[in-house]
Amino acid sequence: MAGVRVQRADFDIGAETAALTAGRADIGAIGSFLGTVRDIAGGRKITAMTLEHYPGMTERAMGRIAAEAEARWPLLGCTLIHRVGRLLPGENIVLVLAASPHRHAALEATGFLIDWLKTAAPFWKKETFVDGSEDWVEAREADGAAAARWGALPPG
Amino acid sequence: MDATPPIRILYFAWLRERVGVSEESVTPPVEVATVGALIAWLRELSPRHAAALVAGKTIRCAVNQDFAAPDTPVAGGDEVALFPPVTGG
Repeated sequence: MAGVRVQRADFDIGAETAALTAGRADIGAIGSFLGTVRDIAGGRKITAMTLEHYPGMTERAMGRIAAEAEARWPLLGCTLIHRVGRLLPGENIVLVLAASPHRHAALEATGFLIDWLKTAAPFWKKETFVDGSEDWVEAREADGAAAARWGALPPG
Repeated sequence: MDATPPIRILYFAWLRERVGVSEESVTPPVEVATVGALIAWLRELSPRHAAALVAGKTIRCAVNQDFAAPDTPVAGGDEVALFPPVTGG
């Protein structure tokens, strides 16, 4: 069962892990990825990052990515949380948790989930620099290549 | 004859800023039947649209909340979103 959330509020990795494992002892491995706001972009200091998304489509896209991970690996649960709105350097942006009986599936599914979350879910980041100027983050080709190494998502 | 329902257009990120609105309803002529044709038609609506839908900039699209391609069909009643390549995660 995947838990998918888009929210302005912060999240707690410990609380989310506890929620994923509550009441069960069949999980032997939990892979995790925690993304945080870096204070530097392209060599320039940033003071904030603002995330915009496409409500409705975002949750659908995240659900589809999670369903694909569950189809590919023997997962006992996964959690995808993405924050939106204005975030400060050091704050949490994104959390991926993937639970499985064994480590390889947990780690591989975690990598798949974050790579696809970066390229197949409708989020956009805008950076605010020290001088007050703002710029939309450009998509990186390397992110597309990272997602592509897992093969295509099925259509629909 | 029933009137064709409008197409709902949503803009995100810098496309939204350049067009100046986050969404609008449009009723293009019936020949405008694909995403590519719709973008070309929208570009002619105003200087703001032309600036947002500038040729050479990569624009991604979703039709009814699924990623779409230039040849994806569009029709009245559809929700069509136009946005830059995504940068989440």
